[in-house]
Amino acid sequence: MTNGWCDIANADVVLVMGGNPAENHPVGFRFVMEAKRKRKAKLICVDPRFNRTAAVSDSYVPLRSGTDIAFLGGLIHYAIANDLCHMDYVRAHTNAAFLLQEGFAFNEGHFSGWSDEKKSYDKSTWQYELDGAGYAKVDATLENPRCVFQQMKRHYARYTPEKVAEICGCTAEDFKKAAAVICSTGRAGKVGTILYALGWTHHSHSVQLIHTAAMVQLLLGNIGLPGGGVNAQRGHANIQGSTDMGSWNMLPGYLRLPRANWQSFDDYIKATTPKPLRPDSMNYWANTPKFAASLLKSYYGPAARPENGFGYGWLPKLGETENQSWGFIFDRMHRKEMHGFISFGMNPVANGPNTEKMLEALARLDWLVVVENFETETAAFWNARQLGEKFYPKYVDPKAIQTEVILLPAACFAEKDGSFVNSSRWLQWKRAAVPPPGLAKPDHEIMARIFLAVRALYEKEGGKGMESLMAMQWNYAQPLAPSLEEVAREVNGRDVATGAQVPGFAALQADGSTSCGNWIYSGSWTEAGNQMARRGQEDPTGLGLFPNYAWSWPANRRILYNRASNDANGKPWSESHAAIRWNGAKWTGDTPDYKADADPHTFGAFIMLPEGVAKFYTTELAEGPFPEHYEPMESPVKNALHPNASANPCAPVMSSSADAMGTPDKYPYVAITYRLTEHFHYWTKHVASGAELQSNFFVELPEALANEKGIKGGDLVRVSSARGTVEGPAMVTQRMRALTVGGKTVYHVGIPIHWGFVGRVRGPLVNNLTPSAFDPNSGTPEYKGFLVNVEKL
Amino acid sequence: MMPPVNRRQFLQAGAAVTATAFGFRLEAASAAAKELKIARTNQVQSVCPYCAVGCGVVIHTSGERVKNARPTVVHIEGDPDSPINRGTLCSKGISLKEFVVNDRRLTKPRYRAAGAAEWSDISWDEAIQKIARRIKDTRDRDFQATDLQGRVVNRLDTVGLIGGCTDTNEINYLLGKFRFGLGIIPYENQARL
Repeated sequence: MTNGWCDIANADVVLVMGGNPAENHPVGFRFVMEAKRKRKAKLICVDPRFNRTAAVSDSYVPLRSGTDIAFLGGLIHYAIANDLCHMDYVRAHTNAAFLLQEGFAFNEGHFSGWSDEKKSYDKSTWQYELDGAGYAKVDATLENPRCVFQQMKRHYARYTPEKVAEICGCTAEDFKKAAAVICSTGRAGKVGTILYALGWTHHSHSVQLIHTAAMVQLLLGNIGLPGGGVNAQRGHANIQGSTDMGSWNMLPGYLRLPRANWQSFDDYIKATTPKPLRPDSMNYWANTPKFAASLLKSYYGPAARPENGFGYGWLPKLGETENQSWGFIFDRMHRKEMHGFISFGMNPVANGPNTEKMLEALARLDWLVVVENFETETAAFWNARQLGEKFYPKYVDPKAIQTEVILLPAACFAEKDGSFVNSSRWLQWKRAAVPPPGLAKPDHEIMARIFLAVRALYEKEGGKGMESLMAMQWNYAQPLAPSLEEVAREVNGRDVATGAQVPGFAALQADGSTSCGNWIYSGSWTEAGNQMARRGQEDPTGLGLFPNYAWSWPANRRILYNRASNDANGKPWSESHAAIRWNGAKWTGDTPDYKADADPHTFGAFIMLPEGVAKFYTTELAEGPFPEHYEPMESPVKNALHPNASANPCAPVMSSSADAMGTPDKYPYVAITYRLTEHFHYWTKHVASGAELQSNFFVELPEALANEKGIKGGDLVRVSSARGTVEGPAMVTQRMRALTVGGKTVYHVGIPIHWGFVGRVRGPLVNNLTPSAFDPNSGTPEYKGFLVNVEKL
Repeated sequence: MMPPVNRRQFLQAGAAVTATAFGFRLEAASAAAKELKIARTNQVQSVCPYCAVGCGVVIHTSGERVKNARPTVVHIEGDPDSPINRGTLCSKGISLKEFVVNDRRLTKPRYRAAGAAEWSDISWDEAIQKIARRIKDTRDRDFQATDLQGRVVNRLDTVGLIGGCTDTNEINYLLGKFRFGLGIIPYENQARL
């Protein structure tokens, strides 16, 4: 979230789209209700299903799954065409005035630079026009036809209310009514927020979708203000922290993982440290060398020296264009290119797309280690046919599966210390309450034991890659069971010479004199102690920031980009929504997203970006600098804007025997997956109350479709896709209307997740149906908007 | 003005004071409170492990002072001091005790040999040694110190590692050290699922 849960109460308009907080984040949803109650805020809900968020909304618009970019693109057009943009904000805080080079174009679904052969773009025509000093040229009047604003206006001119209705399946009137409310925040004094969740991320164009949401909020002047922002409601207790700590292509703190063509630390710094694109850009990532050197000091200790690039050579390197995100890892496993696999508290058989492919992939491993609270589908994958019965017809007998499996019992949340980061970016410290049951152990102890046992084998026998293995510092007071307080202090960072905790990332240095395990968490455990465990109830601004409760990254800032809640001169856009204020000498209020004592005119408001301002237009994404509506990889219709470039041209396509894609003649209905309030993911099927409250898998069908097929509520139905099937009783509702899309009636089928073949209650895994289709930027699978058929059994 | 008093301070004050500024005697109320099952519990601040709203919870445990018994969770409730949930929890959070104290929890290491149709027991030491051996043998076979162009890459791409979304930042940080020590490239969490 750019803002936070408590902050939603400051909004005048709340757009919930691609999420259903009333059911999936019910406690957070209280702040939406508070905004309605106290500020008479308007709640707009846009979703294929009339869910419980829709039930308390002021306006509900149904839309076809996977067409959100068309809807949001329609909002961009509506705001510009009806003069509802907050133009003073747009001029002050965005790249609307930046000029693009000659040659940038968009035709028939492709931007300039497209290669049909490579299925990718040459981005050279997407760049800004630069002056002699390397800065982007701007046209402050926004009238130059090559400026971002004019290009954006032209790009979205196609997204008329009628076109939105044709693509999304809503009516133009419903769209316009919602658009009028949403765009009513495009002026000083009114603020709107957007709340989204997996309904936006589970698409083959998800990153561009969220980019479109950011564009809408920038046009309306809603970024950086209390009650504004683009707010991801994340789905796991510490998925934010887990993301912050790295992934296949990231080091902690969003530093990039080295690539093979960056052989030295200097190469790495040169390639990953951006240059400012405007003279007044603070370009905070210019500090990358400090963050990277301090991380390497934290990893390699005294062995990390300036002379050896702080041990940079020991880090593993990715190939230049290599992608090892989720779908690719399991595709490689399916092709027998992986031999071993270790899972700490994840359940890929249940979580991953295309279950049968997951099962086949795991069966091709030599060994699998699963560390868990409960036995899971992943641990018991070799028994899927027996436990999952008919859903895996191709799946072989356990005796034919040669994968060796070790299942280790782990402590749960209540049995471990440590910090979780919630959606608001608040790091909250929790304390262990009881020891784990039986012989179960905390995960970090299990990890430490394995790591040190591997090192002991190398010390005894020698072997490959010993230097990098032994170089990693593991000098904890209890190496086999490190205290998480000790680890948290290491993450915060310290002065190497004195051993003192650093006060924050501003103290980090590029010369090896500081260490820090994750620069964005620097400040979380200072010489003043554990800031994450703070319990202060004060709210001096009255905005729900609670600066002394827990600790928020970065720098305890509660609202990101808060400098933009003021105009170029440092005057708040409105007195009621000033996150920070300039008092002539310093900024007060929230921790400023700016230099604390810098005059308002010193830098652009978006200090993290080389532009110094927020971006409508970006060259960073694979499929274009402006978001464009593309159909899901499986769709009932051709793209109404450009039928010959229907789906995302850059979305990766998998080609294993398990990767069939369906067509609407065989699979005519659009499927969506969703969560239920009573269950958490695939965990609570092990918990008695969850198992009792929602014991049975079901399939939600629209009344009109059920009538067509002669299906009554409770009848057993089979849902099939090109990948697999699920079976369960039909729940016939009026919640998913039949939509008219390009003259064709389109039905949705709703399928809850939560069941599987291991648990107190069991049922089919919804991912039997889902495709190996992914977003090209994030690698997120397309769990929403794929094609199925339904039959009565 | 008096500083605000949170619930626990209020209860502590109540226990210490018998006849007070409240204007009535508290013995009767505190005697009744002692009958509650949480009256003698230890209380520990924690955070709900489910979605990312991040509701504060108070875990009540008992048995810390009982010989030959392990302390156990007897109750979990919303933390009234959390500005996020103000003591409330959803239907999942309110039944968290059943998640922790649950007869389906794994309590011992299990082993499934290649081709076996059943789990068998294995000791911790044996399990750790077996895993370490598998990692080392796979790594010794597949570790790439340099790539085909002779560039230093120090990587292992035939062993995958996933996890972290259900666990703390500190464990995620250690997972990174584990990963980079071994040189593992395929490393993922729930972020993109």
